[in-house]
Amino acid sequence: MSATAEQRDALIRAMGLDRPVAERYVRWLGDTLHGDLGASLTSDQPVATLIGERLPNTLTLAGAALGLSCVLGIPIGIVQALRRNTWLDHVLSLLSAIGLAIPVFWLGIVLILVFAVSLHVLPSAGLASASDGSLGDRLAHLLLPTFALATTILPTVVRFMRSSLLEVLGTEYMRTAEAKGLAARTILRRHGLPNALIPVLSAVGALVPRLLGGTVVTEAVFGWPGMGRLALDAANGRDYPLVTGIALVVAAIAVATTVVVDLTYTRLDPRIRLA
Amino acid sequence: MSGVGRAALITLVLAVLFAFALPLVWTIAPEATDPAHGLAGPTSVHPLGTDELGRDVLSRLAHGGQVTLVVGIAAMLTALVLGVLVGGAAGFYGGWADGVLMRLTDAMLAIPTFFLLLVVITVLGSDLYTLVLVIGGFSWMPVARVVYGETLRWKATEFVVAARSLGASPLRILVRHVLPQTIPVLVVSATLGVAYAILTESAVSYLGLGVQPPTPSWGNMLQRAQQYVFTAPVLAFYPGAAIVTVVLAFNFVGDGLRDLLDPRSRSRA
Repeated sequence: MSATAEQRDALIRAMGLDRPVAERYVRWLGDTLHGDLGASLTSDQPVATLIGERLPNTLTLAGAALGLSCVLGIPIGIVQALRRNTWLDHVLSLLSAIGLAIPVFWLGIVLILVFAVSLHVLPSAGLASASDGSLGDRLAHLLLPTFALATTILPTVVRFMRSSLLEVLGTEYMRTAEAKGLAARTILRRHGLPNALIPVLSAVGALVPRLLGGTVVTEAVFGWPGMGRLALDAANGRDYPLVTGIALVVAAIAVATTVVVDLTYTRLDPRIRLA
Repeated sequence: MSGVGRAALITLVLAVLFAFALPLVWTIAPEATDPAHGLAGPTSVHPLGTDELGRDVLSRLAHGGQVTLVVGIAAMLTALVLGVLVGGAAGFYGGWADGVLMRLTDAMLAIPTFFLLLVVITVLGSDLYTLVLVIGGFSWMPVARVVYGETLRWKATEFVVAARSLGASPLRILVRHVLPQTIPVLVVSATLGVAYAILTESAVSYLGLGVQPPTPSWGNMLQRAQQYVFTAPVLAFYPGAAIVTVVLAFNFVGDGLRDLLDPRSRSRA
């Protein structure tokens, strides 16, 4: 069934496609600033509504992955710096290198194969089981996607922590603390880590865009109903307003996170002043 | 170069031989289907078995490797050209060029470019040339940063001042005296850039938005393989292992070259 010329013209006028590009852009900009991201081409629902439904799921996944990366990455980096050039350091460095080289989607497939298909210990897809929506069930569903997504930034967190602590360990004030006769643990806790952690914080902030980018693939592998999957469906369905809206929202989240991290950074380290 | 770097370089040579030389002797077409013998295990006809349409996995792996490697390297070259233009112009001309170009770089680094990539591919489609330009067009920022820093550093050296006092034009100074100094760091950026481009291409192709079947790429081979992960898990194993091996090798070669070409970084390691 093809549309008549009149129907086509009517649709072009209704969508404003007969207006010049510059005018359409200014109108889009104005609508966006008023919180109106337009309507989806495939479902006729407002883009903002569709995003609002999926946003919490993506934030849960990304937040869990960010948390896991810090909880695992910071201690591993500290151990590597303290045991520099031992076999443990080399093995962990190799694991980091492999982690950086593994495509998230392939790791996801392998994790599903091992934990869901072979061992039957964890669910392979979705937010929760249809019959069981308890917290434990939800956490079980969150585990594999979180781990897969975390590998996009975990190796980098480890590397930053390791080199940052190594730099601090070589400073004069650490030697002074040692000369005062402080216990090694106290030196590390009071002088070493606080100074070493500050640059790591800003590095983690800079990794947030990469983490959010990784949600697209992770959500596709694990059937996670978040914004990444929505963006993918929108891209496949050529739903331009939806895919543009999602890119805009995700960019806004990333920029907001960066600003918060930068502000925290100057608060934590009085030596740094915003220019 | 260190032992690890050298081993990684040999691995890359082997990968290139596998992708480009093997098809000369292993002449089964990667698109040739044989539905009667789909999802078969290893046989003498198909040493790595067949996929769901009965296509030879070994042949697809080699031809997919060609696509993945060529797209990865071409995308890296695109990123390199853009990065040198942006970083070089910003560092050398300074002033408003510096302000505009480097803030653009910061902005691009602060947003998740993978989502923008989806938007652009949605609009422009995904033939191989578009894919190369889009992946390169969203990954030039680290190159620009590095070239910017190097340009600022070399601009202030005495031989550049000497060239200027001899009456060399700014463009000549930039092209003949400043940019050649950035080659060592560019080589490192380029190597690491290929690894990034291969990961991006395979992710986009896995999602079904990149290299389109029947043309194989390591990424789109994994897309179909996931559906058969319960019955034929090896189908998912080969392309994934190939990606990990090649990306790891590019990263190790990059690290090795950095130690070799930039002695300052060795103390930081």
